[in-house]
Amino acid sequence: MSNDKLLQSRRNALKCMAYGGAGTLFVLAGGVFTPVDLARAADDKPGTARLGRPLFVQISDTHIGFNKDANPDVNGTLTQTIDIVNAMPVQPALIIHTGDISHLSRPAEFDQAQQMFSRLRITELHTVPGEHDTQDPTVTEYFNRFGKASDNKGYYSFDHAGVHFIALVNVLQFKPGGLGTLGDDQLAWVAADLKGRSSSTPIVVFAHMPLWTIYEPWGWGTGDADQLMEPLRRFGSVTVLNGHIHQIVQKVEGNMTFHTARSTAYPQPVAGEGAGPAPLKVPADQLPGMLGVTSVSVVKHPSSMLMTDTTLA
Amino acid sequence: MISAKVRTLPAVAAAALLWLLAAGHPASAAPPDSAQIVIKDFMFAPNSLTVKAGSTVTWANKDDEPHSVVSDTGLFRSGAVDTDESFSFKFDKPGTYHFTCSIHPRMVGTIVVE
Repeated sequence: MSNDKLLQSRRNALKCMAYGGAGTLFVLAGGVFTPVDLARAADDKPGTARLGRPLFVQISDTHIGFNKDANPDVNGTLTQTIDIVNAMPVQPALIIHTGDISHLSRPAEFDQAQQMFSRLRITELHTVPGEHDTQDPTVTEYFNRFGKASDNKGYYSFDHAGVHFIALVNVLQFKPGGLGTLGDDQLAWVAADLKGRSSSTPIVVFAHMPLWTIYEPWGWGTGDADQLMEPLRRFGSVTVLNGHIHQIVQKVEGNMTFHTARSTAYPQPVAGEGAGPAPLKVPADQLPGMLGVTSVSVVKHPSSMLMTDTTLA
Repeated sequence: MISAKVRTLPAVAAAALLWLLAAGHPASAAPPDSAQIVIKDFMFAPNSLTVKAGSTVTWANKDDEPHSVVSDTGLFRSGAVDTDESFSFKFDKPGTYHFTCSIHPRMVGTIVVE
């Protein structure tokens, strides 16, 4: 990655974090994100109503089992997150989890997470695994619980409200020293899955690791993501959602919008700050402002997706 | 402890030191059939190690982040090794064994068994 690109993504990350204190509304219109202050949007009730109907909520990086200084109570912050989602006045039909459900792939962590997810009023949960979910020697704990939707492949697609969702796995084929990998089989499956679909169908793609290179030295990217973008390019609205980096970074490229979600467990440093992407310890009063969820709505006229990032603060 | 010394030395010097220890150097306090790799700051230290056949290598995680130790050939796979946990594997056959952290795949290392 060039320094220019790196600086740009870091500037974007800092900009988002600066906006993110009270929750940020990202209005996507004509391929351009417009950040809107949430407090101001809330005052304008008719305006808020025009912002579309809620389609789904994204939660990410719950890391159940983590207990270090950066957040000794990840169950507590997930509970707060679930309370925020349950309090949404209009409940979306589904929720997606972009991986790292558990911290160490241990059965008790997955069991705890599932028990907590059962408190959600939204009952339709779609998941993809993160690399923290696939560390058990036989790589079965995640799939035993969440593998059914994909016939244990990990990747699958479904339709909801006229939107086509594609769930992808980029944490199972790491190459030493490299980025995440989708692999030829999965790429061929995506191309076949999209073939014959109308270019006017809104597409939402989600996977754990970013599907564009944010910071290669920390593995914040997917090595063969360019091949994934080829069959997606003809679509008029493509939203790509990831987790993994525990902070918001976004990019718009043509009709494609890329967005990473906050974690519900702990923040990570901005790319390149420190030895690696370790849990970032911040003063206790700052932590809630760095954790949160993303909700995505469809704005019908003109048709576009709207993302709202809400923190626990 | 030997691990503290090894951590501060370049990999080649560390390998040489371990070879001397394995050969029964009088200063040796560690048994000749074990060696340790410390995981700290998203690195294996040393990231290259030469041991005798039959040696047990222990990877000790001193980071706040879990790591793993996975053989490129599938010979061993540690599972997640959390802070202050460790993983050991006994190398019976001579050869060159490459390993990586499957959580942070840029972390790589090599064990040479003689």
